[in-house]
Amino acid sequence: MLNASLRQLSLLLSEKKISSTELTSEFLSRIKALNPDLNAFITIDEEKSLDQANVADKMIAAGRSTPLTGIPIAQKDIFCARGWLTTCGSKMLSNFVSPYDATVVERFDQAGMVNLGKTNMDEFAMGSSNETSYYGPVKNPWDRLAVPGGSSGGSACAVAARLAPAATGSDTGGSIRQPAALCGISGIKPTYGLVSRYGMIAFASSLDQGGPMAKSAEDLALLLNTMVGFDERDSTSLQRAEENYTQDLEKPVNGLRIGLPKEFFAEGMSSDVSNVIEAALAEYRKLGATFVEVSLPNSKLAVPVYYVLAPAEASSNLSRFDGVRYGYRTAQYSSLEDLYTKTRAEGFGEEVKRRILIGTYVLSHGYYDAYYLQAQKLRRLIAEDFRKAFEQCDLIMGPTTPTVAFNIGEKCDDPIQMYLSDIYTSTASLAGLPGMSIPAGFGSKNRPVGLHIIGNYFREAQMLNVAHRYQQVTNWHELTPPETSN
Amino acid sequence: MTLSLNDIKRVAKLARIEISETDAQQNLVRLSGIFDLIEQMRAVDTQGIKPMSHSQDMVQRLREDIVTESDQRTLFQSVAPQIEDGYYLVPKVIE
Repeated sequence: MLNASLRQLSLLLSEKKISSTELTSEFLSRIKALNPDLNAFITIDEEKSLDQANVADKMIAAGRSTPLTGIPIAQKDIFCARGWLTTCGSKMLSNFVSPYDATVVERFDQAGMVNLGKTNMDEFAMGSSNETSYYGPVKNPWDRLAVPGGSSGGSACAVAARLAPAATGSDTGGSIRQPAALCGISGIKPTYGLVSRYGMIAFASSLDQGGPMAKSAEDLALLLNTMVGFDERDSTSLQRAEENYTQDLEKPVNGLRIGLPKEFFAEGMSSDVSNVIEAALAEYRKLGATFVEVSLPNSKLAVPVYYVLAPAEASSNLSRFDGVRYGYRTAQYSSLEDLYTKTRAEGFGEEVKRRILIGTYVLSHGYYDAYYLQAQKLRRLIAEDFRKAFEQCDLIMGPTTPTVAFNIGEKCDDPIQMYLSDIYTSTASLAGLPGMSIPAGFGSKNRPVGLHIIGNYFREAQMLNVAHRYQQVTNWHELTPPETSN
Repeated sequence: MTLSLNDIKRVAKLARIEISETDAQQNLVRLSGIFDLIEQMRAVDTQGIKPMSHSQDMVQRLREDIVTESDQRTLFQSVAPQIEDGYYLVPKVIE
């Protein structure tokens, strides 16, 4: 059951071989047993989950089920869920019980999925290791000395350790793909604008995009079918015809032209990761794909550009946390100004404050053109690089991260080293392109390595197809961490 | 470029974050490192390039100016630190 695909679970549920209540209980008891050590969840609420499972069972009995009805899903704690503590990994929201649902949560609820709990994450999604969470670091189930990646580290850990069959994530510069890679699971960040941002606590609005995390590409396709859709309440939500992301899964991939950016296969990538990626590409060659070298000359600027744009937008978005309308408020204050400054000093962690300071600086008087505007211009150059590359290829592949997971505590004192772990993912984010990571093997210390697939705009179905074909001839996505397979 | 301790304090004030002398010192070191990284970006010639704010270059969607939300003040204020008679309470602003 724990290793079953969503399609298999769906079949068991619809044939009434198992109830959603039984399935949900099984995952809840597994969370109870393993979460104290892994720390993947911030909040679990058995009663709420089982109530939803009960509703799902009634939907199934009444013949009103969807392919996802009755299947539990863990929600990243960045998504507001009515009646659930929604902390975004921060002390600032440590008392915030959301009065409303994010559109993503609402869509999964309506499909009859069961909210299994809220997963741990870097504070306000700012981090690549899950170490900035107010609720403590998450452990990587493959090696508990290692980070799970971030910011969706709790979601990645939960799926990898089989504490949940699926989870939601959000990705600003790599926050779905990087933890998916480091925990050996599959995750996709769709084209910017496809998944509603309503109720997904904002970090950098021009980059933030929700997406699913699961064991396989096939599972991701099923989840995307429910997750994607136009939303009136999100001003950058795209209006497009409905798409069935499972329909192309079985298509052959022979003749597929895979672009390999020479900048991604240069210095920076460690040799263990490189070996795994080469082996994955060899599988694609066997499947009939061809390779073409492409160039993304401006990709080296992606990290600096990202670290101007994202903090700038964050400094604006996070100005709403003032201790007046919701969330944390300092205990002692003498004036309104004092209330603001103390609340924010005490409520935000170090990394969040650091990024607010960077953002405030680059947007301040006299610096806007030199930093923010310059970064936006470079963003266009980066997007142009991709446009040219996609004239020569159907999609792009490379490593998701330059190294396997690092140890907890290893990069805490060196923010720049931490930032550089997003080098491949942030490039695609800036262009607004869809990106995904699928497990491709193991590198040093037997830690997972992810294959990064970047598609052209709205080519999610093709990316899922290409990933699915690989997962039909390999079994990396089916392997479970040894210590959690009990 | 070089950041000064005063820059850090000024920016913290603008961001409404109280900052101690020690924190300001520590942030100066960390932020200087990050700005060294950011400097690479400033060296590129971008004359004539249009800034990109959204990958789909979309225009702002407009709607009729009509009420679409119901009144949920009580619900929304249920999570406020301090309220009275439907208002959010803050320290006195005007004497």
